[in-house]
Amino acid sequence: MTKQRLVIIGNGMAPGRMLEHLFETSTDYDVTIFNAEPRVNYDRIMLSPVLSGEKTYEDIIIHGDAWYEDHGITLHRGEKVTHIDREAKTVTSEGGITAPYDKLVIATGSNPFIIPCPGHDLPGVLAYRDLNDVDGMLAAAEKGGRAVVIGGGLLGLEAAAGLKMRGMDVTVLHLMPTLMERQLDPAAGYLLQKELEARGIDIRCGANTKAIHGKDAVEAIELDDGTMIDATLVVMAVGIRPNVAVAQEAGLTVNRGIVADASLRTSDPDIFTVGECAEVDGRVYGLVAPLYQMARVAASHLCGTCDKEFMHSETPTKLKVTGVNLYSVGEFGDGPGMEDVVLRDAAKGTYRRVILRDNKVIGAVLYGDTADGAWYNEMLKSGQDVSEMRETLIFGQNYQGGGAVNPLAAVANLADDAEICGCNGICKGDIVNAITAKGLTSLGDVRAHTKASASCGTCTGLVENLMALTLGDAMSKAPEGMCGCTTLGHGDVRRLIKAKGLKSIPAIMQELEWTTAEGCAKCRPALNYYLVADWPGEYKDDQQSRFINERVHANIQKDGTYSVVPRMFGGMTTPDELRAIADVADKYDIPSVKVTGGQRIDLLGVKKEDLIPVWADLNKAGMISGAAYSKGLRTVKTCVGTDWCRFGTQDSTGLGIKLEKYLWGSWAPAKLKLAVTGCPRNCAEATCKDIGVICVDSGYEIVYGGAAGLHIQGTTMLGKVATEEEVIETIGALTQYYRETGFYLERIYKWADRIGYDHIRDVIFDDLDARKAFADRFAYSQTFAQIDPWAERVAGAESHEFKPMAVLDAALEAAE
Amino acid sequence: MNVALAETDLTWRHVGTIDDIPRQGARCVKNAEMTIAVFRTSDDRVFALEDKCPHKAGPLSNGIVHGGCVTCPLHNWVISLEDGTAQGADEGATASFPVRLEGRDIYLNLSA
Ligand code: SRM
Ligand SMILES: Cc1cc2nc3c(=O)[nH]c(=O)nc-3n(C[C@H](O)[C@H](O)[C@H](O)COP(=O)(O)OP(=O)(O)OC[C@H]3O[C@@H](n4cnc5c(N)ncnc54)[C@H](O)[C@@H]3O)c2cc1C
Ligand code: SF4
Ligand code: FES
Repeated sequence: MTKQRLVIIGNGMAPGRMLEHLFETSTDYDVTIFNAEPRVNYDRIMLSPVLSGEKTYEDIIIHGDAWYEDHGITLHRGEKVTHIDREAKTVTSEGGITAPYDKLVIATGSNPFIIPCPGHDLPGVLAYRDLNDVDGMLAAAEKGGRAVVIGGGLLGLEAAAGLKMRGMDVTVLHLMPTLMERQLDPAAGYLLQKELEARGIDIRCGANTKAIHGKDAVEAIELDDGTMIDATLVVMAVGIRPNVAVAQEAGLTVNRGIVADASLRTSDPDIFTVGECAEVDGRVYGLVAPLYQMARVAASHLCGTCDKEFMHSETPTKLKVTGVNLYSVGEFGDGPGMEDVVLRDAAKGTYRRVILRDNKVIGAVLYGDTADGAWYNEMLKSGQDVSEMRETLIFGQNYQGGGAVNPLAAVANLADDAEICGCNGICKGDIVNAITAKGLTSLGDVRAHTKASASCGTCTGLVENLMALTLGDAMSKAPEGMCGCTTLGHGDVRRLIKAKGLKSIPAIMQELEWTTAEGCAKCRPALNYYLVADWPGEYKDDQQSRFINERVHANIQKDGTYSVVPRMFGGMTTPDELRAIADVADKYDIPSVKVTGGQRIDLLGVKKEDLIPVWADLNKAGMISGAAYSKGLRTVKTCVGTDWCRFGTQDSTGLGIKLEKYLWGSWAPAKLKLAVTGCPRNCAEATCKDIGVICVDSGYEIVYGGAAGLHIQGTTMLGKVATEEEVIETIGALTQYYRETGFYLERIYKWADRIGYDHIRDVIFDDLDARKAFADRFAYSQTFAQIDPWAERVAGAESHEFKPMAVLDAALEAAE
Repeated sequence: MNVALAETDLTWRHVGTIDDIPRQGARCVKNAEMTIAVFRTSDDRVFALEDKCPHKAGPLSNGIVHGGCVTCPLHNWVISLEDGTAQGADEGATASFPVRLEGRDIYLNLSA
């Protein structure tokens, strides 16, 4: 039987999901897709993390090239369909490609609305819709200056926050008096504005754009009231319009969107429509949850089961700006019979409001603490009568029936039909059933089978809690393959390296069936580390699998020069060291000398060719590499302690120096930073370090698992010891346990979260024999690691890194 | 004759031997206009690209070499050694130059 031909116009999120559903049940179609964008299907809602730098484009691809191949799909990239011939049943693209169809799906999404003010077509004016827009914004951010974002809705604010994180000055212009007025009430809008202003974003509400000025590109923007704002980039995020052009030209019924019935069929029975371009029952949509619902329905009608119909439901809104928590769903304007319950906590900056009508929840706005959003939404959907809990409703689910304030208890309390993943409309029951029926143990598997948390990701925590609840210890916490070259996760790889005695990168790739010949820039450094850590003295470090910084023992800078940071044990230095640093800075014309956040000095802008002589001079003055570039020991910060301080209880400086002398040179899964503080006043900031020591009168408290980078978290107590020797042994053991079981790039706090703080205490603190065994293994491995890499290179090692192979120009040659 | 000879001399320049470059590594060659990165793959093929990532001019000679590509050290673009084009979703290309391997000697043609 010849297959039917299915043609799809547009390759966005909606049709991508539709095809997944279709392939689950049917292989009756030959599929051809036309996409105006020159790329595969990616997660458009994750463009904001790409803009802010929290994700890369690779991270957000939904269907890679292989998927299209596997399903025999012809994908025409960069081919916009301009004509549908309903008589001949063909579509034709701008580039002249014609494809016949039996069934056609129009999924052209939306067009961003551009305010037609003077200057709107100047270079430097962008919309926010696709990857090209993000690339344009990043290019502008590179040059710096001020970005003006027009529109204080979801997209505009995500763009503003992203551009700010990329270092631009940012102004948001919003026509209405408060931000996100369609999703937030004025109180929450005000809190949001304050939060964004605190991040340095300039927000002007009630601002109406009159014109954009500039000669060859944007230079300034003019408001109605005459205000002029300098700008090098203008982003318009003022709304979207369903993209109906092709449908209209083909004579289909079009209203605001392409009109479809509850089975997503247009006025032509062989033509379906899904996504933002579709209008069902007078409504068009701009969030993925209902679009995925459309995808499911259309698939069921294409494959002939026809068992689904589209029904409207409320979709909650969340803003994907890291550190801002807001949640809103349903109605919140003033209306007849509407009652409000409001709770504010000015100190915490939280706000919540639940809107009731006839004793039923019809809307909720949460700002600051949004954990109860799913619970309110569940009540909204079920239309449950809440008169019983009127008094405590506003405090959230944990206060109902005396439930413990514990995230697992909270998910345990949810009803089976409580929605967990708003984007994909996945309920608690769906997830639990999939976990038990299919034996899923990892987040990746749950995502693959249920799609829960696979879109915007804000419900990942809930899904994980649900897995923990359903699986207990059987939950595998290291689900994903470590990179595209293998399906094995880091945990499996580490285990198999030991179990099979694998001692080289090619051996691992061969034995563990890597799918690429030589791995990639993600797995190779990880494997190299695992081998260094597991086979001390036996494995020869593979320089070609190390990131450049660890190959040349300096940090690469954006212009290709390097920075050099000599070690200053415990943050102590001497006049001689300082003189040597000053001398090299002069001698090699080093443009910047900076005191780092790690209590030492950074020489920035050293030319690669000068690295060796710079090190030679520093070595002569007794200084070695500070490893400011390494996944390994960085610094041990100290405070002055009993040496000088009137509160000091122990010799914190001396202990810090001892620790740094013991630990330097060691490689670890990620960077490792320590601090020793002389009393609980904590001037060395020990309680936010990977490992910290707090000196007290009666001894030393050892703490660990702190973080003060991308994530901020205080340390957890490991235990208290009486002597410096015990401190050193315990920290050696802790470091070694982390080195042996950590996943590459996993900081100590993530490692401890994964394997458990209690467990770690059992192994390396309470069990004295085990502690000693770990510390001994660490000391053994240090005998191979404590060789100054600078001195080695000054003596001639890896010299090819630092010298060009040939200089082809006579004049240049003379100069070199 | 003379002219032709001079031309060959100028177009194919000897820059070193394959043993000067580590496997899965690179070395630089400089001339008056630019720096060229000369790569050696694990199976001893040699390629030459301008040492300038199409993204933001990162020094490709410092990247990790894998499967016929190099990953730029600055922002992880993956560049084909064969023709200098960016792989995957990224778009752009850096100049690539013909390489001739005679025995272990490497010749570059920078005028192409
Ligand atoms: C030089 C320094 C900033 C300064 O001028 O003070 C610095 C500079 C860099 N930091 Fe840092 N960090 C410096 C102290 C810190 C601190 C403060 C501290 O150590 O007490 C933190 C927060 C503490 C922490 O690590 O939790 C810090 C958290 C980060 C992070 C976030 C890490 C995280 O896991 O959250 C990164 C990004 C990363 O590693 O992926 C980073 C990355 C970087 C890099 C390596 C970025 C890069 O890849 O090029 C910068 C290298 C500059 C260079 O070439 O020298 N740096 N960085 C500080 C060097 C300290 C030293 O003497 O070695
Ligand atoms: C920055 C950003 C953040 C967002 N955040 C969220 C969020 O947090 N939560 C949420 O639910 N939603 C969010 N959204 C909205 C969500 O991305 C959209 O609702 C969804 O992508 C729409 O899917 P679609 O398939 O209808 O259209 P799209 O994904 O827009 O795909 C349409 C595709 O069709 C192509 N096309 C158009 N016309 C033609 C033609 N004639 N021929 C061929 N191809 C054509 C287009 O190039 C485009 O690639 C966000 C959107 C953006 C831009
Ligand atoms: S030094 Fe650290 S904080 Fe500063 S720009 Fe670099 S990574 Fe960011
Ligand atoms: S400069 Fe090469 S990836 Fe950015």
